[in-house]
Amino acid sequence: MSERFVNPTISNLPQSGIRKFFNIAQEIPNVISLGIGEPDFVTPYPIRRHAIDSLLNGETQYTENAGLIRLREEIVYYLKTRFSLEYNPKTEIVVTVGASEAIDIVLRATLSLGDEVILQDPGYVSYAPCIIMAGAIPVPVKTRSENEFQLTAADIEEKITDKTRAILLSYPNNPTGSILSLECMQDIANLAVKHDLFIISDEIYNELVYDGNTQPSFASLNGMRDRCVTINGFSKAFAMTGQRVGYLCAPEGIAKQALKIHQYTVLCVCRTSQAAAIAALKTGKETDYKDVIMMRESYDRRRRLMHSALVNMGLSCVEPKGAFYAFPSIASTGLSSDEFCERLLKEEAVVCVPGSAFGEGGEGHIRCCYATDIDKMKEAFLRMNRFIQRLKEE
Amino acid sequence: MNNLSHKVLDILKADCRTPLEDISVMLGEDSVKIAAEIDKLQKDGVILKYMPVINWDKTDRQFVEAIIEVKVTPQKEEGFDTIAKNIYQYEEVRSVFLVSGMYDLLILAEAPTLKELALFVSEKLSVIDFVTATSTSFILKRYKQDGVIFEIPTRDRRLLVSP
Ligand SMILES: Cc1ncc(COP(=O)(O)O)c(C=O)c1O
Repeated sequence: MSERFVNPTISNLPQSGIRKFFNIAQEIPNVISLGIGEPDFVTPYPIRRHAIDSLLNGETQYTENAGLIRLREEIVYYLKTRFSLEYNPKTEIVVTVGASEAIDIVLRATLSLGDEVILQDPGYVSYAPCIIMAGAIPVPVKTRSENEFQLTAADIEEKITDKTRAILLSYPNNPTGSILSLECMQDIANLAVKHDLFIISDEIYNELVYDGNTQPSFASLNGMRDRCVTINGFSKAFAMTGQRVGYLCAPEGIAKQALKIHQYTVLCVCRTSQAAAIAALKTGKETDYKDVIMMRESYDRRRRLMHSALVNMGLSCVEPKGAFYAFPSIASTGLSSDEFCERLLKEEAVVCVPGSAFGEGGEGHIRCCYATDIDKMKEAFLRMNRFIQRLKEE
Repeated sequence: MNNLSHKVLDILKADCRTPLEDISVMLGEDSVKIAAEIDKLQKDGVILKYMPVINWDKTDRQFVEAIIEVKVTPQKEEGFDTIAKNIYQYEEVRSVFLVSGMYDLLILAEAPTLKELALFVSEKLSVIDFVTATSTSFILKRYKQDGVIFEIPTRDRRLLVSP
């Protein structure tokens, strides 16, 4: 009965396609999950230690709305030395509750009713809902496996109208594990200039790129800084998902408005978590990011293992180059990605996430995360293989 | 040593039963090349042995272990090496290290009973030439060894599915 009090914009938002699998998986014994979107490392000890020390030192107060200035300075140094980005720590950085909050407040600070935002399909689950909650309209642009799931300027241009305001993208990509070539980036940048759009680049997986590839930062392209918002955070590279620290970097005009929303809704990020984040960047700087590199190398080995296993099962799969996901096609089985994942879970107790959870463009694929223990992963491959062979006989 | 041998050692250190095929896939190298690399590491005496890490407390085998600090007067010619050799030949001795600090050699020893271990110290170790003092600490509980934590493994605290 209380439904009548609810905002229809919210009640019309679809449930996340992931929820259903979570509910089923919880009931199944010996389930192996390849459906987890976070590192399987615990936050490195020095970072945790620093958070504890900060608490013990009595650092329990509010901080500046934008985050501790020391943290913002560390972020600026980090982005400058590792991603050739230039930001002013005093006016262009807002420390947020994960990249998640950064996505929300950037969209709310920039979009007006009826504005359109281009986003890649498949893409991260919260983009479209956040755009809708900001009163704007998500306009998905499909990416294709033939093109290694790269967003192309030509495909974007087809969808541009006089309402289009921004392009929201994320490489290395969740769920496809793809990266975006410099050439594609440049084309998109030119398009943004041509149509006076701004770019929101979610670079949360920026440290997880393999095989000697690199993923340049959008705002580092010539002339892009002032029409670009960079979003990043500590969850993936530093294995700090539960500590909820992210940030946005934007030209002052945008950052100032996003900060207002942050100030009125969140006030500031948990001080203990900010202390942890400072430690992550300081220790990183002092040790040449040894922990980050160790984790990346570990993912890299498992990436190759997973890609090879998926191909050996007879699934076609673009070689993932970043993040920690492989995104094989299951079209050959004749099942939809949702049916495939539901049956795989019920019949073989393996969780994968259906591509359709990431948008229509993800249909026909499943997302498998290789931030998973090797022995468990290998057992999952045996089960998946058995399942696929059985499907062939049906 | 080349980069590949470091990578191979890293993988074997974590699990020495990792199949050759998996190592080859994980490192993106031909398996023949990996096999040759491992062969070489064995021949060169880099890899000496492959052994499991055993939690004996979960078995019915009873024995005692001790860490023994040993002070010695080094010999003119051979330094500590000869004394160490005299010590490590005993089957009770599992490990011997030359260390810096208050004493010279650190020994890990085991025996079926407390009495036998005590007798090893008093009748075999202490009487070795140039051993001037020993101090024995019995091991009561093992928390972590060779990078492996002995308590119940912490469970995976992650949600089963996340975006
Ligand atoms: C592309 C992408 N952006 C943002 C997030 C959210 O990250 P955070 O933990 O920083 O809120 C995720 C988490 O899975 C993600 O995959």
